Amino acid sequence: MSDFTHGFWPIYISVITLVSIVGTWIFLKTHTTRRLAPGEKPELIEHTWDEDLQDFNNPLPRWWLGLFYGTLVFALAYLVLWPGLGNFQGLLKWTQLGEYEAEVKAAEAKFQPVYARFMQQDIATVAANDEARAIGHNLFLTYCSQCHGSDAAGARGYPNLTDHDWLYGGDPDTIKATIADGRSGVMPALGDALGADGTKAVAHYVLSLSGRQHDAALAAVGKPKFEENCAACHMPDGTGMQAMGAPNLTDKVWLYGGSEAAIIESIAKGRNGVMPGMAQTLGTTSNKDAKLHLLAAYVYGLSQRKQ
Amino acid sequence: MISHETIEKNIGLLIVLTILVVSVGGLVQIIPLFFQTSMTQPVAGLTPYTPLQLSGRDIYIREGCVGCHSQMVRPFRAETERYGHYSVAGEFVYDRPFLWGSKRTGPDLHRVGGRYSDDWHYAHLMNPRDVVPESNMPAYPWLDRPLNDTAIQAKLRRLNLVGHGYTEEQIAAAPAELAGKTEMDALIAYLQSLGTHAPKN
Repeated sequence: MSDFTHGFWPIYISVITLVSIVGTWIFLKTHTTRRLAPGEKPELIEHTWDEDLQDFNNPLPRWWLGLFYGTLVFALAYLVLWPGLGNFQGLLKWTQLGEYEAEVKAAEAKFQPVYARFMQQDIATVAANDEARAIGHNLFLTYCSQCHGSDAAGARGYPNLTDHDWLYGGDPDTIKATIADGRSGVMPALGDALGADGTKAVAHYVLSLSGRQHDAALAAVGKPKFEENCAACHMPDGTGMQAMGAPNLTDKVWLYGGSEAAIIESIAKGRNGVMPGMAQTLGTTSNKDAKLHLLAAYVYGLSQRKQ
Repeated sequence: MISHETIEKNIGLLIVLTILVVSVGGLVQIIPLFFQTSMTQPVAGLTPYTPLQLSGRDIYIREGCVGCHSQMVRPFRAETERYGHYSVAGEFVYDRPFLWGSKRTGPDLHRVGGRYSDDWHYAHLMNPRDVVPESNMPAYPWLDRPLNDTAIQAKLRRLNLVGHGYTEEQIAAAPAELAGKTEMDALIAYLQSLGTHAPKN
């Protein structure tokens, strides 16, 4: 609150606030009809409406007056204890940020002992712990399930995390790096370079790599084109390259579909798979490192289960 | 002191005094905000929306997204754990009007920028249940149509009146930037820009 552009503003706020409170007090005081003596008639207000309607200037009920003065006292007490008058911080020194930080600190004190135990263990050990898995599952539902699904089985374009197939590697450190910093898997569009026939031929060669039904003649045409255009990332034998996030084409896992049409679309239009980095999203509290650790362990654990 | 009767019988005076009373709150709570640097200065790195983001923002407004999504991460731990750093005033200086919202049928969106891929947003807006089976958000498949924002240059010039500082080159290039884009592209560009200049700590 101390970032006013000019020293006038805190004074402006304080003066208007105090004048309005004191002014209200004075106004009320001077306009309150005094309490009537026993038997005394209240003053009759002079004008007469609709021939015979007149009203008395009765005093305000004392309970009502008491409440009104009460609010004025409350306002002054508030302004003494809490910030309100310009730059004055209030005797309690309360700030919104201070309250937030106290809340964070309390949570850290509560959760750090739990986290500290897991932080000392490597990811494989954490992954085998039931309590850690329960925490990891909650974290997964909060941060990951929107793309990878609540069962972590993925969807078209979003990798299945429960199988043993990894685009970038499934060792604990790689998983941790993937979660924290994200991944960007770019497959360039080759439709123009290969032409429609070339694309189809390469698609049939790709189908042959995993032993799927294909046209052998087309695959033979596609093989040299594959070696020329695709092997740099997917390797000459089609087993892919984890450093590039280039998928293994010889297994039965298809991120964007393994039909002829889907493969042709992938080759012709390219693919742009983005895993956003979660480092910022995991929160700003000191627990974020532990959250990353537990999340990595949970994801690692998913792939270690017997299939 | 003015008597009860004087005020009651003098309508002009009654109006003046009424305005005086009801304006106290605004005078002390609203006007000083215009003279606080934390309210008026952009956070580090924040720039006005690009033409595409601005068009997307107008689609966000048109489709009533603000009715179910807030854009205000409050300084509570439960929120910062889920969404990221709490929102600060300097992040909203180029938001006219503000889209803070007050209802969260869906999640807060102020830190949604960069959280999902463009492809995810496309799939999600076409049919939210394709990626989040539990979602109760309506689908917006009609957004996948050409963006027809003919007023973009007028919008940029109007925003310059309140200090957004678009250059003549930017204004001249705006229609070309929107050419060939869909409403979906614009909305996604806007969503990906949200909250990306959070204080880093």
